[in-house]
Amino acid sequence: MMAVFRKELLENLRDRRVVVNTLLLGPLAAPLIFVAIIWFTVQQAIDRAEADLELVVVGAEHAPNLLRWLEQQGVVVKDALDDPEQAIREEQEEVILRIPQDFGAAWSSGRPAVVEVLTDRSRRYAGTSLARVEGLLQGYSRQIGQLRLQLRGVTPDLAQALRVQTVDLSTPESRGGMILAFLPYVVLITVFIGAMHMAIDTTSGERERRSLEPLLINPLPRWQIMGGKLLATTAFALATLGLGLIAFTWALKLLPTAQMDMALNLDWKVALTAFVLVLPVALLASGLLIILAAFAKSFREAQSYLGLVMFIPMIPSFWILINPSRLETWMTWVPLLSQSILILEMVRGETIEAVWMLTSFASTGALALLLAIIAGSLYNRPGLIFGDG
Amino acid sequence: MIEARNLRKCFGDVVAVDDVSFRAEDGQITGLLGPNGAGKTTTLRMLYTLLKPDSGDMTVDGIDPRREPLAVKRRLGVVPDSRGLYDRLTARENVRYYGELHGLDGATIDSRTHRLAELLGMQDFIDRRTEGFSQGQRVKVAIARAMIHDPRTVLLDEPSNGLDVMSTRALRHYLLSLREEGRCVVLSTHIMQEVAALCDRIVIIAHGRIAADGSAEQLLARSGERSLEDAFVKLIGSDEGLLA
Repeated sequence: MMAVFRKELLENLRDRRVVVNTLLLGPLAAPLIFVAIIWFTVQQAIDRAEADLELVVVGAEHAPNLLRWLEQQGVVVKDALDDPEQAIREEQEEVILRIPQDFGAAWSSGRPAVVEVLTDRSRRYAGTSLARVEGLLQGYSRQIGQLRLQLRGVTPDLAQALRVQTVDLSTPESRGGMILAFLPYVVLITVFIGAMHMAIDTTSGERERRSLEPLLINPLPRWQIMGGKLLATTAFALATLGLGLIAFTWALKLLPTAQMDMALNLDWKVALTAFVLVLPVALLASGLLIILAAFAKSFREAQSYLGLVMFIPMIPSFWILINPSRLETWMTWVPLLSQSILILEMVRGETIEAVWMLTSFASTGALALLLAIIAGSLYNRPGLIFGDG
Repeated sequence: MIEARNLRKCFGDVVAVDDVSFRAEDGQITGLLGPNGAGKTTTLRMLYTLLKPDSGDMTVDGIDPRREPLAVKRRLGVVPDSRGLYDRLTARENVRYYGELHGLDGATIDSRTHRLAELLGMQDFIDRRTEGFSQGQRVKVAIARAMIHDPRTVLLDEPSNGLDVMSTRALRHYLLSLREEGRCVVLSTHIMQEVAALCDRIVIIAHGRIAADGSAEQLLARSGERSLEDAFVKLIGSDEGLLA
């Protein structure tokens, strides 16, 4: 069995395409892309929050006091446009303030004076500007309202029945966890990608090269031959996983986490725990992919089957996305889901109970062994050896 | 020594091998001669344990392949119809892999590889990756890896397929040397000249059945023809598949 294992590794390590795709691009691409995206988003958000707020005001002449106040707050007021709706639709402006003609009348009679804020909420980049404009207008409204009450000898506190104070108990780690929510998916898909090429090459590839029949004539129980292939595939998957986690841990250090007011709890210890946690998944993925690839008639056919399987590691992440709920014990029994949830908890900085690790490891390991046993029995089917059905 | 008695194998409705019996003695080259699709490969696959016969008996040196497949595989050297090599490995590594699968130690593998490379004339390309090898070079590697465990019984399925004249000659010399060493050699072929030049005993298979069995002289005498080709056509009852 070890002879098969060694030979499959040697053969695939000699293939430069395999090494580059599986061991280099696979594990490195995801972290780098991710870090680049986050970095870019954070920079943009910081830029927007700090930049001067430029605001087009239509009908500025109806509310000179409001305008003066806005300018005092640092808003750069721009001249009115002929067609403000059009300007928003054509993305020339993010937010436009329109002051109707009867603003002055309402104001002096003490009725709420209407001002309109024009924007397009589906343009997500407008969100920051919109929040700033709304905040400013609310502030002005409150300030004037309080002045009015005080003029009438009423304390403004009366108008405020409640003072809501939200105490945010999130930690920098847990806020960072929100950003790392996609990590389980990336980790699982890395394992599957790592196993994919090897699974195809050692099974349908071997048959396509017509070397399977002579191989099986060697005096080795067939399950051992398959076992060697399975081990080699698992080893490749683990190598990819390890490299991916290292790349991630390293790449996250490049992010400006202090400016983001969060901490990314992915240090070497967490990465190592995640590696151990995902260990049985490597065997699971290898077994599953090998079974499918062994049935395929050719390398190409196997690739198209296995492309579909790549959806499997997405399922837990989607499930968590659609149904965000608290960790419950049953979840730690479900292969793939348990790894996803436990990794999420870890990057949030929560402590993981040893028993959860154990159940996750045991259930996934059991399923993986079952698949391995099925895979081991495959070469007892003549159809799979000679490729005729 | 190989004995097959009344072997039968069907794939669905198709009877591939029907009541095939023959003996192949040690120190002899036995040729399974027949047109394409006659059941030669299926017969050999049953002998080297990759297919199970539906009925009938067979033994290799007295061992039943169905009961002790691993023991039979250890005694057999097989060059099957599929001669795929590992292109990313050198010829030597291809041979060494099979040696390791047979559980041989490194020193034995090295010395046997050296000897086989000499016998088969592989010295020039033994340390090259097999990608881009000619058919002749590929067959040599396939033979070397099948012989690495020094088997007493050798099965070859259409060994001269795709070989040029020089390679075919080298192959014949090698097979004759195996006979000299007292091994039991069985080869399947559809090429008349090959059996005529090599085989001590000819088993003609057609439509999954044994059409005739004997030495070249016996077959000529039995058919009453003068050339082996005419005898062959007469014995299988048609010239179907001969030219394929």
